[in-house]
Parts: sequence; structure tokens; C-alpha cells
Amino acid sequence: MAGDLRLWRDLRGLTQARVALGRVGTGVPTAAHLAFQADHAAARDAVWSALDVPALLEKAGAIGLTACRVASEVPDRRAYLLRPDLGRRLRPEGRATLPEAAGCVVFVVADGLCARGVQTQAMAVIAACLPSLAKAGFAVGPVVIAEQARVAIGDEIGAAMRAAATVVLIGERPGLSVTDSLGAYLTWAPRPGRTDADRNCISNIRAAGLPPLAAAAKIFWLLAAARRLNATGVMLKDEQPDCSALSASQDPVLTQETE
Amino acid sequence: MGFAHSINGTRHVFPDLRRLMACATPFRSGDALAGVAAGSASERVAAQHALADLPLRHFLNDAVVPYEDDDVTRLIIDGHDARAFAPVAALTVGGFRDWLLAETTDAFVLAALAPGLTPEMVAAVSKIMRLQDLISVAAKVSVITRFRNTIGLPGTLSIRLQPNDPVDAPRGVAAQILDGLLLGAGDAVIGVNPATDNVDNLCRLLELLDGVRDRLDIPTQTCVLSHVTTTMLAMERGAPVDLVFQSIGGTEATNRSFGVSLGLLAEAHEAGLALGRGTIGQNLMYFETGQGSALSANAHHGVDQQTIEVRSYAVARKFSPLLVNTVVGFIGPEYLFDGKQIIRAGLEDHFCGKLLGLPMGVDVCYTNHAEADQDDMDALLTLLGTAGVTYVMGVAGADDVMLAYQSTSFHDGLYARALLGKRPAPEFEAWLDRQGLAAASGAGRMPASLLRALPGAA
Repeated sequence: MAGDLRLWRDLRGLTQARVALGRVGTGVPTAAHLAFQADHAAARDAVWSALDVPALLEKAGAIGLTACRVASEVPDRRAYLLRPDLGRRLRPEGRATLPEAAGCVVFVVADGLCARGVQTQAMAVIAACLPSLAKAGFAVGPVVIAEQARVAIGDEIGAAMRAAATVVLIGERPGLSVTDSLGAYLTWAPRPGRTDADRNCISNIRAAGLPPLAAAAKIFWLLAAARRLNATGVMLKDEQPDCSALSASQDPVLTQETE
Repeated sequence: MGFAHSINGTRHVFPDLRRLMACATPFRSGDALAGVAAGSASERVAAQHALADLPLRHFLNDAVVPYEDDDVTRLIIDGHDARAFAPVAALTVGGFRDWLLAETTDAFVLAALAPGLTPEMVAAVSKIMRLQDLISVAAKVSVITRFRNTIGLPGTLSIRLQPNDPVDAPRGVAAQILDGLLLGAGDAVIGVNPATDNVDNLCRLLELLDGVRDRLDIPTQTCVLSHVTTTMLAMERGAPVDLVFQSIGGTEATNRSFGVSLGLLAEAHEAGLALGRGTIGQNLMYFETGQGSALSANAHHGVDQQTIEVRSYAVARKFSPLLVNTVVGFIGPEYLFDGKQIIRAGLEDHFCGKLLGLPMGVDVCYTNHAEADQDDMDALLTLLGTAGVTYVMGVAGADDVMLAYQSTSFHDGLYARALLGKRPAPEFEAWLDRQGLAAASGAGRMPASLLRALPGAA
């Protein structure tokens, strides 16, 4: 590859990083500076984006699932950012509306740090899971749409519904180049008090990362393995065949950020 | 024992040292989340008054985390140098602030004092200091470390070249290294955060970085920032490990949450020394810290996040590191909400680390869910430059495409050096001059000499 490089800007073909921006004095040229500002603006707007819940309810219906909506104890987005503890707790009025789904797999669709990718991809991931789950004898409960939620809200939801497992599909912290990434957190026998060590995480679910179909295959593989082990978490190693090690990294950074 | 101070006719009482320290801390979201922040502005300033009246000696007999429960406390107390402490032994915290600011307190005096200070003394005085105090005292401190070059000389500002790639692709890493070198970065270290922490991947990245350094004969050091146990495995396999990296915290339980102990760090340090790879010095540990990690690990013992942060510097100084940096804006808004909190925390961490004798760098950074932007980073970088920060990060275009956060760019490093008249480490500066890199980047050229760095090049 060295032979193709003559100019500084030729580095751009080798990485998605912001290399070879040029320099004006010690500064970044105007076009590159404004491009950065635009990407930061998109990421900021993504953090403050909200779920369109009616649209999600309709999508759930379209894939043959009933759905209900709940919210965490967080009063607003600013409080969501400041009080992760409140984002893990369900508002009591929501808990009362949750239907029982004993022994079922329950999908929880949560906004997390960015609602955008959740809105566009979560139902596609769920739809892609359904045929294999049905074939393997898993019952799937109603979809729960949770607003201003952190990952652990799934524990309270799962316990209230008596679910066998929860799959929390939640928006990940947006970066400058990625503002539509989903994480999936699987918890067997969910109940309040579960920790990261009790879950399996699949991150970077998006078209240009781990696409929804591949994510669905991995969710199914992990659920089937969890049923055999009767557990998720550190005991359950992702040994799904034919899968690049990097497509489902358990990056602790990403994990913490949504937790 | 308790503490109290009356202000504007109201008496504020603080039942113990932890509570006093926490209430005296300038407001930040992490202390509110932990439930230890002062309840009002008046309570905070009352705590600052009471803290200012406390003799420094008090900290030798009253631990914020019990001695029996915590090996970091034991390290601090057992390692205290009473002779070095003597010049300030009769002072209160408030008197210590005045003493630090006095013209007669210079670099030599401060270097001699460092072993006599405990983290809690340093944290305490920082809580009653304004930004200009934190800057002007830190600027007096000189901490110099060496491995293949000399870091921290007066008038220098070093840069860590941070070429992270989302999938650890060799050419993506190499392209960012070339970009950074063209813009004068890399004298602190060329250091990659790996996307996956396994030993095969670590060895591959170590060979890549060492190959670039060796082929271009760059007077610097390389590092892949893996867990210390993974790095030890790589050393056993004969991989070229220059610096041994680890994230550390200020309590035994925080360190346990990171999967390390003081004994394990000592073992890793010995293993690194045994390789003998430093050419002009043997400072080879590289530590990262950051306010909030103890609360995040539920290991804070009710102590405010800044005091716990400074305790982690006691862990760092035990191992004579080449580099320490606080990743100040990475942890998120629940710990440091906005630019104001991030800026203050960065200057506190730098001041406290320097006073304890550490080669202190700062990752001037923010995430997209924090209330901060490039203007805040410019402010903090410029302030840290005036405070004499040892090094800052250099990331292509300020956008870390692997960790999804914004840090300082290669351009930012050039800016700070040019504005403040700072230079790179001298050995590295001589190398940059020989390569003619500043002229090349100014003209948009890629010098042929640099292309030897690329994987597959002869």
C-alpha cells in the first residue's frame, strides 16, 4: 500500500478516522472544522431524541405481537443523564399495567442514550428472531416499550411479567460517526438485583456494524444456550460458530455507558 | 470527631472528615449522585472554612477510608515520609495554600515535599483553591521521567499519539500514526486502545507499533493499553512491550473492580523492568485514572470522587511511572455534567498529581451525552498548557472512532505548543526536524521516509 501514497490526503483511503485534514497554521481548515461541528450536532440531537411510541406500537402489531408502554422514574431527559439509578426503576403505574408472560422471552425496547437506532431497527431485530424462537419452542411475550430507560429496567419488567428471559434492545451512546447503534442485553431469570455479570451483551447493532439479521441470529443462539445453562452472564460464553470475534465485542466501555 | 463552622449566623456541622471533605468540594454531579454533596452553597463554603482550619497533621491520624479495610490507605500511611513533611508539618490546610502560592516555594522545594504529602492533604487544599491557584502552583512543579526520551522538561509539552481503530486494522492504525507524526505528535507515547483485549490481538498490535518505531527510528515508546494481565502474557510470549499500562483507582475495592491489586501491579512492574527496553531511563508504567470510577464500581466508601481520585495517585507513584493521565471527561455526565465541571476537574487532577510528584497528563475530552463541546476543550487545553501539563492526547481530528468520544486532536497539540512556546521532548523534536515533517504537512506532502512505517513496506 505504500506505493500508492504520495500526498498526505492519500491516507484518507486507509481509515475512517479524520486523517489528512490539512492544516492552516496550527488549525483545521474551515471545511473540516464545520464538518466536525455538523457531526457533533447530529450526535447531540441524537442524545436528546425521543421514541415515537405510537409508531413502535404499530410496528409491533405488524409483526404479530402485542405491546405496552412503560416509563422509568426519570422525569425528563436531563434527569435521565444525571440519575442512572432512576432510569433503572419502573414507575409504579406502569408496573401495574404489565401483563403476565410466565415462562416467555420478553423483548424490551428502550431509548437508552439515543432513540434513533431503536426507532428504526429494534422491531426488525425482534421480527428476525421470531421464527427461530418459535421453532425452538420459546414462547414470546408482549413487547414492552420503555421510555427514559437504562438496561436494568428490564429486570423489574421481567420479574413483574414472570418472564423466563428479557432481551433489552437499547440505544447506545452516539459517536460522531455513528448515531444509530443498538445494544442487546440478555438476562435469564430477570429480577431486580441482577448485575452486568449476569447478562450477555451484543453491541454495535446497525446496518454498517452488526446488521439486524446477524444480531437476531446471535440473540437466538445465546437464548438457546442460556436455556441449556439456565443462566446468562459470565458463565455463558459466546461461541456461536461462523462469527467474527469483533462483530459482537463485549466492549466494557459501551457496556458501562448504557448500563 | 466532628467539625463545624458558622457562616451568616448559621452553624454547619460535619460529623466526620469524609463528610467535611465532600461538602467542601466544588459542585459536581457525581457527588450529588452519591448523595455526599453539600446541601447548599452556604454549607459548602462553611465546610471550606472548617477544612482550611484543619492542621495538615490531622490527615495522618484520620483516614477517609479505614486503614484496616483498604490497602490503598495502608500504602498512603505506611509510605508517608515524615522528614519530607517537616516544612509544612505545622501548617493548616489554609496555611498550606498560602505557602504553596508564595514566591519562595519553588520547583526544588515542591519536589522535596512530594513524599511528605498524602493524597488527602493535597485533595483538601485543592478544594479551597480557585483555578488560578491550581494553575500557578502546578506550573511551578517539575516532574521529569525517561524511557527512550525525556518527558516533562520545563518548556515542553508532549503528546500521546492515539491511533485507535474500531477493529484494530493494521493499516488504519498505521495511517493515523503517520498523520500524527506529520503533525508533531507521539513523543509521550504511541499508544493504542485495543478494540478487543485478547493476547493474540495484543501481540499483533505490539509488533505493529514496535515495527513502525523501529523502522523510523523514532525516539519514543509504544504501548497497547490492555489489561495488565494480558500484557504480562504478551511479555511471556516475547512481544515487544515498552510500557505496562493499567487503569487504577483510589480504593482497594475499585482496583479489584479493575481486576488488579497492588501485588499484581508490582509483579507487572518487575516483569517490565526485566525486559530492559528503556534506553535512557526505566520509567515504564503508564496509569490512567478518572474521577467517578470508584462510585461507578460502588467502591467509594462515602468519599467524594475527587478525594478518591487523588488517592489513586498514591498507587501510581509507588511504581515511578513514565506517564499518568486522568481521562477527565470520559466517564459521563452523571459524574461531570458539563464543560464547567470537566474543566475544574481536569485542573484539580493535574495539580494534585503534580504535587504528589507524578508526570501528569490529561485526556481533555468529552462524550456526546455530556453538556460540553470543542470550546470547552479549547478552554481546558489552554489552561492546562499554562499550568505546565506534561502531556495531552492526540487523536486524528479529535474524533476517536473506536471509543466514540472526542479528545484533543493533533492540531490541538500544535496549537498549544505554538501559542505557549512549548516544544516536544528534545530527542523527539530533533527527530521531527531531521524528517522535515512540519514543512511536509504544511505543503500537504507525504515524505517518502515515513512510508517505511507502513505494514508491508520494506
